[in-house]
Amino acid sequence: MDLLLIAIVSPLVLALAMVLGLPKALARNLAYVGFAIPAIIGIVLWCQFGAATKESTYAFLTSYDTGLSGLGINLTLGLNGISMPLFVMAGIVGLAAGLYALQSAAERLNQYVTLLLIMQGGLMGVFASVDVFFFYFFHELALIPTFIMVGIWGGRDRNYAAMKMTIYLTVGAMLSLIGLIAIYYTSGAQTFDMIALREAIAADGLSTVAQRNIFGLLMFGFGILVSLWPLHTWAPLGYGAAPSSAAMLHAGVLKKFGLYGLIQVALPLLPEGAEHWAVILATLAVVGNVLIIGIVTIAQRDLKQLVGYSSVMHMGYAFLGVACLSVVGVGGVVFMMVAHGFSAALLFLLAPSVHHRTQTFDLDEMGGLVKHAPILAAFFVAATLASIGLPGFANFWGELTIFVAAWKVFPTLTVIAIAGVVISAIYGLRAAAKVFFGPQTEAFDKVLEEKPATDLTWSEKLPALLLLVALLAFGFWPKLMTDSINESVAEIYPAVESAVPGDVARN
Amino acid sequence: MPTELLQQAAADNQWAAIGPELMVGCLALFLLILEIVLPKSRHEIIPSIAVVGLLGIITGFVINYHSAFVGQTTFNGLLRHTGTGQFLRLFFLLAATGVSVLGMVALKRQKMPKIEFFAITLVVSGAMMLLAQANHFVMLFVALETITVGFYILVSYTRTNPLSLEAGLKYLIMGALSSGILLFGIALLYGAGGSPALTASSMDSMNFDALRVFLYANPDNVVAAVGIVLVLSGVAFKVGAVPFQIWIPDVYQGAPTPVSAFLAIASKAAGFAILLTLVTVFDGYQSLVIGVLSVMAVATILFGNLAALTQHNVKRLIGLSGVSHAGYLLIGVIAAIHVPFAVGAICFYLFAYLLASLAVFGVMTHVSGDDDADQDLDHYTDLAKTHPFLGTVLGVGLGSLAGIPPLAGFMGKLLVFLAAFEAGLYALLGVAIVGVVISIYYYFGWIKAAFFPQWRPPVFEGDDPIPEPPRQVVSTPAGILLATAALASVFLGFYQGPLGAWLGLS
Repeated sequence: MDLLLIAIVSPLVLALAMVLGLPKALARNLAYVGFAIPAIIGIVLWCQFGAATKESTYAFLTSYDTGLSGLGINLTLGLNGISMPLFVMAGIVGLAAGLYALQSAAERLNQYVTLLLIMQGGLMGVFASVDVFFFYFFHELALIPTFIMVGIWGGRDRNYAAMKMTIYLTVGAMLSLIGLIAIYYTSGAQTFDMIALREAIAADGLSTVAQRNIFGLLMFGFGILVSLWPLHTWAPLGYGAAPSSAAMLHAGVLKKFGLYGLIQVALPLLPEGAEHWAVILATLAVVGNVLIIGIVTIAQRDLKQLVGYSSVMHMGYAFLGVACLSVVGVGGVVFMMVAHGFSAALLFLLAPSVHHRTQTFDLDEMGGLVKHAPILAAFFVAATLASIGLPGFANFWGELTIFVAAWKVFPTLTVIAIAGVVISAIYGLRAAAKVFFGPQTEAFDKVLEEKPATDLTWSEKLPALLLLVALLAFGFWPKLMTDSINESVAEIYPAVESAVPGDVARN
Repeated sequence: MPTELLQQAAADNQWAAIGPELMVGCLALFLLILEIVLPKSRHEIIPSIAVVGLLGIITGFVINYHSAFVGQTTFNGLLRHTGTGQFLRLFFLLAATGVSVLGMVALKRQKMPKIEFFAITLVVSGAMMLLAQANHFVMLFVALETITVGFYILVSYTRTNPLSLEAGLKYLIMGALSSGILLFGIALLYGAGGSPALTASSMDSMNFDALRVFLYANPDNVVAAVGIVLVLSGVAFKVGAVPFQIWIPDVYQGAPTPVSAFLAIASKAAGFAILLTLVTVFDGYQSLVIGVLSVMAVATILFGNLAALTQHNVKRLIGLSGVSHAGYLLIGVIAAIHVPFAVGAICFYLFAYLLASLAVFGVMTHVSGDDDADQDLDHYTDLAKTHPFLGTVLGVGLGSLAGIPPLAGFMGKLLVFLAAFEAGLYALLGVAIVGVVISIYYYFGWIKAAFFPQWRPPVFEGDDPIPEPPRQVVSTPAGILLATAALASVFLGFYQGPLGAWLGLS
């Protein structure tokens, strides 16, 4: 059987098995397997990817008829250079989130893990789908458990947060679905298959008006899902309330769906539409996400809100890279998505670990935790430096590439975006300093009297280590990823570049 | 030989074509006979006999009838057997089975005659099966009245409950009014179509084939146009489309829960079966039909969703959400005028709606207390914790109704929307999308009540403990029904295989 299908189906099947009332211990052991299989398959396929035969950039292509082939809907699976790194990232972050959840003390743990497994299956499906319909379908499959997890296992304001997330993200998903259906009909191909759509549109392109309208729908639809300013307000609230594993999977992986959709579907199929909207997108991203949200982040007093806002801010860089409409820009975005997936997940994993020891998320009531938990401090500082984009971590290469690409198209905005790095250094280092260094506050003294703080346990250390190793691996050896990205992006994007204004040099 | 005579008669009149309907009718009569013959102590098995009999008929139908007679007209053009008709016959049989199982659960608590419920349900579903194949206004009207009269009784079945009686009265008045409007429309069409002064007039202008030819030949006949609008209005009562939806919340609330389920599932589907037939008959007046149905669809979607937003009684809520579903389906009907696969899309939607509604109403029958009309969102507090099975089924059912992937309801909506896109109904689609987003709020509110931990006032010593919301133990047949409905909703979301093929979608 096809490995890609196994990676998608095995978490789902094991999720079903957990509902059917197996003994608790057995169910949990099965859940470990369910989280491990996608990660292992991801790494195995990655090793084979370079040598695999490819058809229109996609390797490992397989297709299944689910009963709607008459409408051009088939479950077609495959990976190209853009989806391959994201597929691996989804597997590894999923494994980390699963390990963390299975060791946690959540109430009704089996139900929680079931929902996480469903989410994991959906995430693998998102990046393995070559069929645009299933790409959307799997996204929703992963999204719904998020709402339920926020509602049941969430923290403060969980009811409000769950409702707000549901409404925002449903609107975003609906807009993008309409955009995708519009492509389906206006292309004349009457199929949702990516490859066939590309060929049909390459043969006789869409009209400029149609391209502009559809790209607008997709940009705002996907934009809501990726928290494009000013449609981002669900994100800090939702991440603030979400239980840690759900936040890791959503902020780390699922949110990338929108960017991935823009890169894989919208830009190649609608080059003129993209050109029309590029300036608006770049401005919203840099002025809104990077600058305004960056300043808002500095003002945060709550650690989890701060992490949530910083993840919104970093999406600004990704949008800027998309708006460059160039091979370099898009390659940078893919790199950044992978890196941000690891670093955001790591921060969302560590924030509750801090809370567990200090009993508060309020930065002003913390301080001096480094004496009690030096390893936690080391991990946290590393994660912060990674998210700022220090060389040596994967994020650095992503941001650097995006800035290089953006400089040629939007020089002013690039300057602001680079200033954003300083902003993220301010809030990141300030948070690390307040939590771990500095004098121990009275409030923290009281907490320590009741419950002495211990250092990171193995159940926290293992998933954190997994994510940190990945960050460092890509940071020191970016070639791991760039070769495959370059190959695919260069093949998909020549059409885009010819549509870009003449002052953009060909990279 | 008398058997030869019978065979002769059967061959002439094609009685075999309505074999399933005859068997359903016989089963209904058989139940009544059993009530007289069996001692009172053995009466409990009669509902089981109804369900087992229905399952037998379904099996027989799937094996023998699903493709028999397709493409033919029988009984001198009273009935036309189509693929869609065959699907809907099976649909009504399944609906009757589900409703009967719910009836077994709900009626146990009421001190009411029990057997009639199942007999009437069977007769009504038999009439619905005939309605789905009607090719003549006489057939259509007789079948429709059989259904409506059956529902008059069913809605006011718990006659000790004032709300049930009120609902019965409202349904009676509204139903009679709608039948009158429908009949008036039919009379106008009959009169116009039979007028010898006009071209292509027919002696038998209630026959759909003749009427279709007549309407094509006379595209600007005012009397016929008025007749068409009146007929569509009469049908709009049945599907609960605005402005004829006003009875829905009260009747759904007052009627016993299984009857509300029957109204929601089968009565609505019957209305759409008629509409799908009628839009082809009224082909000559396309612009009029599209205009009327479009206005109805927009108003129905917006009204249903907005009115459901503020409901706390779940029966009213599900009734009003059903109104919005009728609106989405109306878009499908409009699309079906130009896009052939829209008919399959509507059938798929109805089937997904059947499964989801059976799941939700099934949970409602188990959560409701002695007063069937008083079912509040608060009764669902902590349902997922205390009854994980009921909670899961409810979650799947509501998710499917809301159209959340990967459930069957999403595929149904997607197919209808795809058809609407292909037909170019962009404005209607926009309204539908707005409706779907609004609907997330109230479906989600219900899920929230059942799943999310709710704040409870603390209980002090000496206080009376807060009464636990009433909940029933799930019996085996009800458990099987609920599990089947939920699993099928999930399965159909992932894999549409044979059903998609049957409906011409693959």
